Amino acid sequence: MGGPAGKCYNISSHVLTPHSSPLRTAVFSAEFLSIVLLSLKVSATAVLLSSALGIPMGTWLGLARHPAASLVRWCTQVGMALPPVVVGLALYLLFSRSGPLGDWGWLFTPRAMIVAQTILALPFVVGITAGAIRSVPDQLPEQLRGLGASARQARRTVVFEARHGLGLAVAAAFGRSLSEVGAVLIVGGNIAGHTRVLTTAIVLETSQGRFEWALALGGVLLGLAGLANACIVLFQRGQHGGP
Amino acid sequence: MARESTGNSHASPPLWRVERLAYAYGKTVALDVERLSVRRGRLLCLLGPTGAGKSTLLRLLAGTAVPSRGRIDVGSARPEKANGAPSVAMVYQQPLPLRRSVAENVAYGLKLKRLPRREIETRVEHWLQQLRLAELASRRADRLSGGQLTLLAIARALAIEPEVLLLDEPTANLDPGRVELVEQVVRAEVNRRDCTVVWTTHNLFQARRIADDVALLLGGACIEQADGRTFFDSPADERTKAFLNGDLIY
Repeated sequence: MGGPAGKCYNISSHVLTPHSSPLRTAVFSAEFLSIVLLSLKVSATAVLLSSALGIPMGTWLGLARHPAASLVRWCTQVGMALPPVVVGLALYLLFSRSGPLGDWGWLFTPRAMIVAQTILALPFVVGITAGAIRSVPDQLPEQLRGLGASARQARRTVVFEARHGLGLAVAAAFGRSLSEVGAVLIVGGNIAGHTRVLTTAIVLETSQGRFEWALALGGVLLGLAGLANACIVLFQRGQHGGP
Repeated sequence: MARESTGNSHASPPLWRVERLAYAYGKTVALDVERLSVRRGRLLCLLGPTGAGKSTLLRLLAGTAVPSRGRIDVGSARPEKANGAPSVAMVYQQPLPLRRSVAENVAYGLKLKRLPRREIETRVEHWLQQLRLAELASRRADRLSGGQLTLLAIARALAIEPEVLLLDEPTANLDPGRVELVEQVVRAEVNRRDCTVVWTTHNLFQARRIADDVALLLGGACIEQADGRTFFDSPADERTKAFLNGDLIY
């Protein structure tokens, strides 16, 4: 393993003591924890950014009735199928030393990973938000105006009515970001202690045949993804009037 | 319009005067009313069969639809209104609830008016009791039956105490007991605070029971408008007579 090699995911080398379980010790090691925390930090930041951009965009898209909205809707659908490695490649070229944003020095940093995950999560936030807004009956704004609401107040109420869908959009974006590997591997570089996250660490451990570690990391990732999924289920229940 | 009779109600000035008002959905003209007036403090029944343009006229009066032609003049709204327009609440034929509790639905319009919390609570409680919904106060409104939903829609409209209440076939989904309840509650409100009600119905008997004034709409046109007694006892237009006789003239 390269990079700051002293820390190069050498959990196994310093935990192999006769009376301890190497896997258990590794799971509670500082490096393991830093990988989990970095994964959460990068994904959470990407979700915050994609939600800040995507929820207003999705709201506009859900309420829009003019022809331009169809084009944006199509772009959103294409965005949902965006291959992560292509996004990673594009950002690599953008942030590389000779690229247009090379001066920023973002390549192989968590910032570049956040940008990649934000781009990948954004279409999901926009699409799901727009769907949630469209699920509110068309006649509701008019009926709200019939109760004295201004057009703006009626719009705000429509967004509030779609709140469970907005929660679903955020949860889906988190799941997407957390499980992303292709783009963050390219723009992050999987540098130990710096840009290594759960998914890229799993790729590394698997390629080196350390399946125990890969499985342990996979278990944590699965747990976090499960948590995100549980949130989605809860939001869906709320959306459909479940118990 | 064949005739507009004011009967014995000259004391009530017009709140709205409709002049040559038309509305079209695409190329289909849904409404073309030559003249019609809505008088303050009275219950006007817009009578007519399905597709006569009653709901369209109500939406135009509410200001939620824009006429293709013509205008609605404000006659004598209360002077304190800055723009001269009366405050209006409308109950739709198929009311849509907010995905909140029944009580929160009734409170919606009151919160928009930024009334004090105590006042909101008092009014919500009062109108839930009036419409016999008090036991359902904490239930989610989108789980109510069609009839309960109609009562909720009427409660949330009455709670904001509008100057004009527009009711689009408000009793179409209700059993006879609840029809009577709604008629009583609305009539009491007209008497209590002199509010104006425009109520669409295709039910002759209901119009006879509740209306101060009646306007007959057929094919988007206002055939005749008069006070209730004149309309039912001595209609001027042949089509009105035929309609009252139950002939299939539409």
